[in-house]
Amino acid sequence: MQYTARTKVMWAIGILVVVLYALIPVAWITSLSLKTPEEVADKKFFSGFSFDNYDVIFSDDTFQKALINSIGIASIATIISIVLAAMAAYALARLDFAGKALILSGALAVAMFPAISIVGSLFDMWRAIGLYDTWLGLIIPYMTFTLPLAIYTLSAFFREIPWELEQAAAVDGATPFQAFRKVIVPLAAPGVFTAAILVFIFAWNDFIFANTLTSTDNARTVPAALAFFTGASQFTQPIGAVAAAAVVVTVPIIIMVLIFQRRIVAGLTAGAVKG
Amino acid sequence: MEAATAQAPATTAPPKKRTSERTREERKLAWMLCAPAVIAMILVTGYPIAYALYLSFQRYDLRFPDAKEFVGLSNYGDVLTSSTWWSAVSTTLIITIVSVALELVLGMIIALVMHRAIFGRGVVRATVLIPYGIVTVVSAFAWKYAFDPTSGFIFGLPLISDTWQPLNTKAGSLLVIILAEVWKTTPFMGLLLLAGLSLVPDELLEAAKVDGASAWQRFWRITVPLMKPAILVALLFRTLDAFRIFDNIFIIQPGGALGTESVSILGYNVLITRVNLGLGSAVSILIFICVILIAAFFVKVLGTSTAQQRGEAA
Repeated sequence: MQYTARTKVMWAIGILVVVLYALIPVAWITSLSLKTPEEVADKKFFSGFSFDNYDVIFSDDTFQKALINSIGIASIATIISIVLAAMAAYALARLDFAGKALILSGALAVAMFPAISIVGSLFDMWRAIGLYDTWLGLIIPYMTFTLPLAIYTLSAFFREIPWELEQAAAVDGATPFQAFRKVIVPLAAPGVFTAAILVFIFAWNDFIFANTLTSTDNARTVPAALAFFTGASQFTQPIGAVAAAAVVVTVPIIIMVLIFQRRIVAGLTAGAVKG
Repeated sequence: MEAATAQAPATTAPPKKRTSERTREERKLAWMLCAPAVIAMILVTGYPIAYALYLSFQRYDLRFPDAKEFVGLSNYGDVLTSSTWWSAVSTTLIITIVSVALELVLGMIIALVMHRAIFGRGVVRATVLIPYGIVTVVSAFAWKYAFDPTSGFIFGLPLISDTWQPLNTKAGSLLVIILAEVWKTTPFMGLLLLAGLSLVPDELLEAAKVDGASAWQRFWRITVPLMKPAILVALLFRTLDAFRIFDNIFIIQPGGALGTESVSILGYNVLITRVNLGLGSAVSILIFICVILIAAFFVKVLGTSTAQQRGEAA
């Protein structure tokens, strides 16, 4: 089909609007992070180009520890939930058994669970058994949203796998478990990887648990640390430093999202629509 | 777990048929594979919610832990007769309805742009994923600082008066909160709707075009009805998400100041700030019930609409 120049210009404008929509707040926080305190008040985009704010946050113990906590907690939560969910998703996508629908709707119900409904009890229990303000104390509640997400995306991916290969393995005398481990796992790896990225993004994003179940550098993650970040004086939020920290936690996510965009879109929509 | 152990004696019985033994083994393997995830989900949600239910029947204020006692439904009475709760409910509903409506419209536009794009589809898809991937607290700061009276770029724009200070009023703060919420979650809505759009057969739209239907008629009479299940699923996810709004308000208007308190922020204030676990747990349980009601409503509507579609297809 031939497109007129006018149609093309219209589309270009449409695309530009969507791109600007997505990028303006990101550009704004990046711009703020590069400003000196004097430039902050000028209300302009990219008026300064100083890395002072980055020096400030990287020499700040609180931020460094929060970054380590975020990376560690999100990674462990991701690994645990992917392992548990991969086993379940294999069964859900592949095996025939009663209770399949129950597990899927149960996972969906858990995904819709309001976090605020359990922070009070977790706060009380964690203080009683010593899990308050620890990594494990966050990893456990993260399962409430990482597990359902992982189960849904993984079972959607697993349904697309060419299962004839598994049957071939069975014909060759492999047990169902061998077929799972030797044939399916390598085939499923790309889907598993995508699900892991999605789960990591969700765990990385959590604020409500990190905010309520931690109190010190011991386990406080970056989103919670950002909310309690205070500058030299107790009452002013150091805009430049907060912006720099915000950029630091955003960049890795943006890189991951851009590299794996096609798979992430497939994972997100497959999980939601087929579910 | 129980099902898996119940299977164990059955497998020791002498095999009658190859197929039934295979089926039984498959079932056993399935339950063994599912058990860890299922047990983990039950433990991490079921146990704390049951404990919250128990706490909601207690007088339990951490400032006076010794005064803990069973008080029946009195916490619920206190919550349901307080104006704070109802104001939080109405604030939450305003935020939910306005932001989900905006997201639906904007998401549909983004989905149509991506679906019909003659070029640049990859660019659009990549950029719309950025708001989705960004940490909510970060985007909340970006919007808060954009409207900050001393440094926000909004006030550097022409036609916007410095005297307009949205973060000093309830309506203005809600506007910024909704903006932050809509910006971040519209891409997700767009992607879900895009998946629904791809289910609409092109031939049907072409046929309608030949019959003289305008683009507007084709959209409302063909695309939307066929996309109804996808739209409802997207609305369900986003409505529940918006109803639980916490991060954006916590950052943009700390503590839910100026009447921007949502139900989740109220729960936080009572549970964590005031450490009143009894009263706070009643708030938690009430939020839980609201979420169940919203989900049940959508599932019912979704059930009828997919049943209708299946009826048409059959």
